[in-house]
Amino acid sequence: MHRVRGVAALLLASCLTVGAVQAAPGDRQADPLDSPRWGDMRKEFFPAKARVVFDQRVKVSAPLTAENALNVPVSVDAGALPDATEVLVFADFNPITRIVRFRPEGAHPGLGFRIKLQQSTPVRAAVKTRDGVWHVGGTWVNTTGGGCTLPSAGSASPEWQKRLGEVSSRVWERKEGGERIRLRIIHPEDTGLAAGVPAFYIQELKLTDEQGAPLMHIEGFEPLAENPVFSVDIPAARTAAGYRVSGRDNNGNAISAVIEK
Amino acid sequence: MSILSRASRSAIALFTLGWALLLAAADMDYGLQPVAIADGTWVLVGRSEDFSTTNGGNIVNTGFIVTPAGVLVIDSGPSRAYGEQLKRAIARITDKPVTMVVNTHHHPDHFLGNQAFAPESLAALPGTISGIHSEGGAFNENMYRLAGDWMAGTDVLAPAKPLAAGPLELGGHRLELIALDGHTGADLAILDRSTGVLFAGDLVFNDRAPTTPHANLAAWQKALDRLEGLGFKQIVPGHGPVAKDAAPIRQTRAWLGWLDGNLRQAAEDGLDMTEVLAIRPPAEFRRLAVVEAEYRRSVGQLYPAYEQQALSRPGRNAR
Repeated sequence: MHRVRGVAALLLASCLTVGAVQAAPGDRQADPLDSPRWGDMRKEFFPAKARVVFDQRVKVSAPLTAENALNVPVSVDAGALPDATEVLVFADFNPITRIVRFRPEGAHPGLGFRIKLQQSTPVRAAVKTRDGVWHVGGTWVNTTGGGCTLPSAGSASPEWQKRLGEVSSRVWERKEGGERIRLRIIHPEDTGLAAGVPAFYIQELKLTDEQGAPLMHIEGFEPLAENPVFSVDIPAARTAAGYRVSGRDNNGNAISAVIEK
Repeated sequence: MSILSRASRSAIALFTLGWALLLAAADMDYGLQPVAIADGTWVLVGRSEDFSTTNGGNIVNTGFIVTPAGVLVIDSGPSRAYGEQLKRAIARITDKPVTMVVNTHHHPDHFLGNQAFAPESLAALPGTISGIHSEGGAFNENMYRLAGDWMAGTDVLAPAKPLAAGPLELGGHRLELIALDGHTGADLAILDRSTGVLFAGDLVFNDRAPTTPHANLAAWQKALDRLEGLGFKQIVPGHGPVAKDAAPIRQTRAWLGWLDGNLRQAAEDGLDMTEVLAIRPPAEFRRLAVVEAEYRRSVGQLYPAYEQQALSRPGRNAR
């Protein structure tokens, strides 16, 4: 018995040593958020050979404590990185970890949105730069949770279904230059985790200028909050006389609206 | 053999743990100390904090009026244990029976002590009764999460007796029931014309930031105007110390006014909710207890409606 335990301890020690050796290269830094799920996230979202670094230049803003787990505000800003091409937002402890993926195709590399959380979790943004490196930033959000397994308010209301996909929007000039677009889309964003309510959520949104030149591509997943609200900033060089948003949900319902100034 | 012994050890451990929890529950003493503020009028002032396992939910003010015809209790507290301890505190002061327990509104810290009292003595505005029926269960579950063991044995007991606005005579005390709304859909204030004491419920907070989960700010401001015009001598706010003037009303009004203006401006300026959360309340409010937490909660509760209004109005707006 003692001997077996001793062997196990030796094995464990050798594993730790191997782990320590592997952790030496720059892309295996300790998780600044100290989450036991980080290893799984690393495996799930990034190829083994990809370079993944924690980077404070990736700003994720969210309240440290979120009482309403159905509507937790999150803003991601990767503007401090030179050339962000793609951003993946995920939450380690959510039953559906993936929240949103966006490509800033002309818009500022940032996005404001709201999410549902099931329990306290890191919320992270991984930003891919042109050199192929993933830069990860994030913050912990504490919540009593339950946000993912509750049905949407909309799923219970037939009256409301008539407004499915309806977009309300507005454009602001920014003091810093450029413009801000905010839009709200009527959609239940059901996760499929509430009993008897199938997954029903927006999968794709394309924001373009009125000429059709792409500004932002958003791929949505189940944890986006009901009736999602997005904030997108447009740099001065890409502002236009008007904008357009189009997309679809996972049931093929189209979303299409002109964003007028 | 070793498995058996492990199982029996677990059983003993569980048994011991069970007893430890029961003993701990017996120790859950809120230390309720009624303070006399007027003839026959007693108040129990809770802590100006958030709900926690340390305070057991005792962040609320309750009160009672002792009359020759019996005792009127105003709000029953956050748990069954609180209700029972309140009842014992009353019994130490008078041998008159509790004839009526009024819940000023349907928030959990104001009615979850109801089980301690005779069901037929419980009364509230109709909107409060329906609110307790529809949301009481979820509130109760949440209180178990926030206050832990203090909640042991607490269940939702809604009053059956609906109250209407108007005068109420109780053992020589000329009471006025005032039906308002704004903090919730149904907020009851009670003015004792015999003593000049106004029990304002959660329409008024004193030196503690107001909570807004069911707030209608415009209606709330109107309710405050009405309360200020009542000519009271003392005011018992729902949370925070008792006052002898209208300062708590003005303070609550100022906070709600700032909150409303701030959220409206933020929405009109196109701010994302995370940017609104980053705004710091002005210096004059920073001495209010738990102001940061309540501001954060209020933004989450109220901003979506302001946002919706700002987004539904088309047209270009300079920021």
